[in-house]
Amino acid sequence: MYLNQFLLLAAALFSIGVYGVLARRNGVLVLMSIELILNAVNINLVAFGAYHGQVAGQVFALFTVAVAAAEVGVGLAIVLLIYRNKRSIDLDQVAQMKG
Amino acid sequence: MLPPIASEAGAAAAQSFEAGWLTRHVWLIPLLAVVSFVLTLLFGKRFKSGGTFFGVGLMGLALVLSTALGIEWMGRGHVALEEHSPAAAAATYRGTASGDEARPVGEVIEEAERTGLPKPTGSEEAGGEEHALPSGRLGVPMAESGGGGEEAAGGHAIEVRPYYEAEARWFAIGAVEVGFGFHVDGFAVLMLFTVCFISFLVHLFSTEYLRDDRRKTHYFASLGLFTAGMLLMVSSSTSLQLLLGWEIMGLCSFLLIGHWWEEDKNSNAALKAFFTTRTGDVGLLVGLSILFFGASQTFNIAKTNADAITGQIPSAWLLAAAIALFIACVGKSAQFPLHTWLPDAMAGPTPASALIHAATMVVAGVYMVGRFYPVFFSAFNIANNALGFNVIAVIGGITIIIAGLLAFVQQDIKKVLAYSTVSQLGYMVMGLGVGAWTGAIFHLFTHAFFKALLFMGAGSISHACWHSFDMRDFGGLRKHMPKTFLTFMIGTAALMGLPIFAGFWSKDEILLGAWTNGYRGTLFIVGCAGAALTCAYMTRVVYLTFWGDYKGPTTPDAIEHAQHAAHGHDDAHDEAADAHAPALVDATAYQEGAKASADPGVQAAAHATVQSERGPHDNEASHTADHHGDDPHGTVPLGGYPHESPWPITVPLIVLAVMSVVAGIINAPFFGLQFTHFSAIEAIVAAGVPEPAFNMTVAVISTLGALGGLALAYAWWFAGVRFGLEGLSRRNKLAGAGLRLLENKYYLDALYERIIVRGIKGPVATVVYWFNQNVLDGIVHATAWTARRSAAFTYDVLDQGVVDGTVNGVGTGAGGIGRGFKSMASGKVQQYAAYLLGGAAAGALVIFAITFNRS
Amino acid sequence: MAFIDGNVNLDNALLSVATFAPLGGAAVLGLLPKKEEFLVKAWALGTSVFTLLCGLYLVLRFNYADAGAPQFERTHSWINVINSNYHVFMDGISLPLFLLSMVVTTLCIIYSWDHFPEPRNPKAFLMLLLVLETGMLGSFVAEDLILFFVFFELVLLPMYFLIGVWGGENRQYASLKFFLFTLFGSALMILSFLALYFKSGGAGLEPTFDIPMLIERGMSDTLVRSTELLIFGGLFMGFAIKVPMFPFHTWLPDAHTQAPTVGSVILAAVLLKLGTYGFIRIAIPVLPGAAREYAPLIAVLATIGIIYGALGCLAQTDMKRLIAFSSVAHMGFVMLGIATLTDYGINAAVFGMVAHGLITGMLFFVAGSVKERFHTLEIKRLGGLLTQAPKLGWTLGFLSMASLGLPGLAGFWGEFPAILSTFNPAPGLNVTLFRTCMVIASIGTVLAAGYLLWLFQRTAFGTPKPEWDDTEVPDITRPEWLAWTPLLAGIVLFGVLPGIVFDITDPAVTERVTAAVVAQGK
Repeated sequence: MYLNQFLLLAAALFSIGVYGVLARRNGVLVLMSIELILNAVNINLVAFGAYHGQVAGQVFALFTVAVAAAEVGVGLAIVLLIYRNKRSIDLDQVAQMKG
Repeated sequence: MLPPIASEAGAAAAQSFEAGWLTRHVWLIPLLAVVSFVLTLLFGKRFKSGGTFFGVGLMGLALVLSTALGIEWMGRGHVALEEHSPAAAAATYRGTASGDEARPVGEVIEEAERTGLPKPTGSEEAGGEEHALPSGRLGVPMAESGGGGEEAAGGHAIEVRPYYEAEARWFAIGAVEVGFGFHVDGFAVLMLFTVCFISFLVHLFSTEYLRDDRRKTHYFASLGLFTAGMLLMVSSSTSLQLLLGWEIMGLCSFLLIGHWWEEDKNSNAALKAFFTTRTGDVGLLVGLSILFFGASQTFNIAKTNADAITGQIPSAWLLAAAIALFIACVGKSAQFPLHTWLPDAMAGPTPASALIHAATMVVAGVYMVGRFYPVFFSAFNIANNALGFNVIAVIGGITIIIAGLLAFVQQDIKKVLAYSTVSQLGYMVMGLGVGAWTGAIFHLFTHAFFKALLFMGAGSISHACWHSFDMRDFGGLRKHMPKTFLTFMIGTAALMGLPIFAGFWSKDEILLGAWTNGYRGTLFIVGCAGAALTCAYMTRVVYLTFWGDYKGPTTPDAIEHAQHAAHGHDDAHDEAADAHAPALVDATAYQEGAKASADPGVQAAAHATVQSERGPHDNEASHTADHHGDDPHGTVPLGGYPHESPWPITVPLIVLAVMSVVAGIINAPFFGLQFTHFSAIEAIVAAGVPEPAFNMTVAVISTLGALGGLALAYAWWFAGVRFGLEGLSRRNKLAGAGLRLLENKYYLDALYERIIVRGIKGPVATVVYWFNQNVLDGIVHATAWTARRSAAFTYDVLDQGVVDGTVNGVGTGAGGIGRGFKSMASGKVQQYAAYLLGGAAAGALVIFAITFNRS
Repeated sequence: MAFIDGNVNLDNALLSVATFAPLGGAAVLGLLPKKEEFLVKAWALGTSVFTLLCGLYLVLRFNYADAGAPQFERTHSWINVINSNYHVFMDGISLPLFLLSMVVTTLCIIYSWDHFPEPRNPKAFLMLLLVLETGMLGSFVAEDLILFFVFFELVLLPMYFLIGVWGGENRQYASLKFFLFTLFGSALMILSFLALYFKSGGAGLEPTFDIPMLIERGMSDTLVRSTELLIFGGLFMGFAIKVPMFPFHTWLPDAHTQAPTVGSVILAAVLLKLGTYGFIRIAIPVLPGAAREYAPLIAVLATIGIIYGALGCLAQTDMKRLIAFSSVAHMGFVMLGIATLTDYGINAAVFGMVAHGLITGMLFFVAGSVKERFHTLEIKRLGGLLTQAPKLGWTLGFLSMASLGLPGLAGFWGEFPAILSTFNPAPGLNVTLFRTCMVIASIGTVLAAGYLLWLFQRTAFGTPKPEWDDTEVPDITRPEWLAWTPLLAGIVLFGVLPGIVFDITDPAVTERVTAAVVAQGK
């Protein structure tokens, strides 16, 4: 079994996700990009787990999926609230944390 | 040589060695002065007189006690010591100091109450605080250079009275107990008597002189404390106490010189005095510290001296200590180059000047060197005179000459006297430098009387002349103030060192020391030249003050005007001269003035220097002569001519005049060198300080020198260019007659202008004075300026700039970094994410680098 | 290791009572109504007098025959986790400073009676003073590093507020500077305390904060030299800033100039002594080896401070700022004495601390009174004080003389023995360096005479400036006399009979400080 293709796929996914997080202005797209990053991690976890013949990888992947679901829930709620307040989900306009 | 055996001598004199009551209670004398200070300060103002009687009474009592102490001291048992080589003397001293029949010097600290005054314990057996004399012998050291065998052969037995010392524990640090105690020996007794004597007379004099002064109480309190400081210093057994008295005097001189502190001139002088002497005090602090650790950690002076003699103190330390202590002496005793404060110190009241110059303050430096003499004697190897000179003698010699020359260009009588003090102190210091210890302290003793006399005489003159000290305002005072004149003349003769008078005998001993100790071609000549100079400038003072015609203001208007106009301003003299010149011509104005001037208030206000330069006028002189006859003595308080001062001023003058004659004779060879015997102290004897016998050659040479100066000066002032005595007699005859005398006077005045002012002031003294004012004072000013500048620099640049700047810089830096971070916190989530990524990437790189390296 | 010592008796308890009485008084004061001004003042005065009486009783009960031994010792477990105990006692070094703190605080409250600086509020002012007093008293008796640190820091806050609220125009800056400087030092100091704690353990010994125990354990011998130097460095920074020593002194003139009179007095009289006390009580005996290494540095900095402070004084135009700079010079003498590590030097340092407390404290009182009368301290505008208020003027003159080290007054005994001891420092120290310092320091005494007499001449001599023609200048008032007389008397008394102080401090210094130095040298 080859590990490389899985890792390359995960890396590609991760990079796309990072690009999305950094470059997109739309809040929902950013959330989706975060999902991509998380799934890249999932692929890595499962791939390494299979490679080493352990279950731990899959267990962690399931755990991550659950957390990701919660995260998306909270994230979408935030985006919704932002939209309500600003009538926009453009993240550049959300700068209340400015120090 | 009869070698006296210690035990034998001790046994013989055991009875008379027992210290008398006053010797054991010597602390009473300084205490009286302290009491005078405290009482005057606390209660003085409650009395109408300002509490002056406290000072006069208590100092009178102190004088009685110190006189009695002197008499008691003369009756003390003594050992006769004969000539011996210094090495052997030192050896004997060391031997006995550690031997069993004589206790180690100054080692016993009496365990009295913790903080009490010394508890006297009767006999030496009981207290152990009294030390039998080490049986060293004294005489001329074999260091005599060159011929003249008579002085080497003239060694004679010196009677030395063993000192008495009592110490109580003052405080202790570590293993070292520091005592507070009193030391009585010939030197101390001598100084106690002198100080009390002068101080009492100064107190008495001041009651009249400062009768209307508004701060009389303060003045008398300061006098009391001043005296207390000196008395404490001369009777102390430890160098710490010496320092205490020394600095108290510094404080009091500050207070007294700045007594009229409303004027900046006076307070500046006070500051200058304190500051200059304090500069010298650095030497004292350093020197005492070195001696403390050198002399096995003790402040005891006798012990320190013993260690210096026996070589316990390393010679390098000894030399360093001696130089440091001498710097202190230079400051305090106004030696070249720190003498500049003393003439300025004339800003204080005249009796205070008398006290400062005669018995306290300035002689403190000489006393200190005399007290620590074994240290100097060993450090500079004075006995062998290895270098051919030493710094003490040289500084003394320089001071004699420069001060003597400066005295010529002064118009202020007090300044002339001040420079003469500097010059005389130079003699004392030179005497100490050439090994003439007895001569130096003898000169200190006699000088105290005649210098106090001269100052008080000047005070008396000024008191009569509307508080002027300008000799150009005086003239002809011998007719108006006969007692002052006579006593002043005696004082002058003593200062000049004319035979019979006090100064002759003491100055002779110093010159003798220079003669016998290898300074025959150098300092001896300097000393003789100094004597000639002294004669010359004193002749000038006497002439300007007592001869000629009175030139000061005589009418109330003129006096008042002069007092107002010249109140401390040198530039006002034209005005003053204008004011009273015409007034003098008018005889009736004077008479009216005499009647109308019974206003005592005006006199009190003035302590001004009236600067009036006046040319002689025939008319005014004849008027002066006419009206002098009916000048009622003492009945005219203001206006008219100066009149003799009242008794509180004249009595001290007369007493001091007597002393100025008597004080010298007590050590005359035909009188058995009484002074030498009474003042001799063990440490000096043990150190092997030479005691050369009277030498007629020296006496004749120095007298001829003095007379030469006198004759020259006489010729200049009294007799025109002509030499001889007939000038004076003719002038005196003409003085009563009138016109021809005045012509003569005019002639002399012109001579004075040409020869003295343009002659001596031109080529010689001006250069010296220029040096004094520009170079020395310039250095002082430059130092002050530099200090100010560097202070400003330190403050502005270093403190406010660099040090504070660094502190502020840290603050600014923190702020800047903060601002940088602030701009980073844009509030944009994606930017934060980018930072996160950047950080993670950097972290990954680091980890990668590490693992890559490892594999 | 919780333990309570058995000897609980009145005297031992009283030391703690005296220490905490002001704090308790301050707490009660907080409950009093603000409007009852007399009540507030009376309570504060009563508290301080009570404290003073406790202190005087202790001074009477003190065993002078054994002044070096710990007395009124009290140990009580406090923070068991770090083995820190409430451990207090008094010995010959603490006694004079303990008493000085009490006296000065009481006198400050008396002086404040009708001199409250703006914005008044006597209640808060006096509360702060009382809290300050507990801090000072505690610092002088604490024998546990953590306890010492707590008291040491307790002093900081009230002083910050005194300057920051009741100060002059630039009070914000000055109070902050004071606070930051001192806090910076404290931070390094506590680091060193912790290091000492952790390094004191081992070999079956529990780590400890107890000062006598640390001294006993001979830390210099067990520690690696470089570690020891670092630890001493931390202590040095903490204490040197408080002293303050030369390059760390810039907070002092600002704090003094801006502080209210009473604040300046306490700052000069007591607070500066915490630094030097720390050196004597903690830094030197605990780490004598490092002290030896640092001694030349301390001596040089002290000497620079002496000259530098004096030059700084000469450049001043403000009376209070001048006095503040003179503190730098005087504390330089104290530190010079400490740097010698000898009996003489350290005794002189303790004496110098007391003398400086009395003299400079008084000078600030006088400066405050001058400011109150003329509303300025510009030396140029003053003059002729002796004519306007002769007693005040002569008091200033007297203090100038005392401050420049006139023998017979207290200042001398801090100065001369310090110079003396510098000639012969502890064995092993660089003698040439110290002797050079000695000569330079002696020159400092001349400069001291210069600036003090210059100050006196410019303010007191001469005639008053015309601008004051219409100003009524009262002479010394009754509260001023009451507050000043004890200090003035102390200056004379200690000057004439230095044995009073030396006899108390000497056994303690030799047994508790230099003994450690000597033991380490062997």
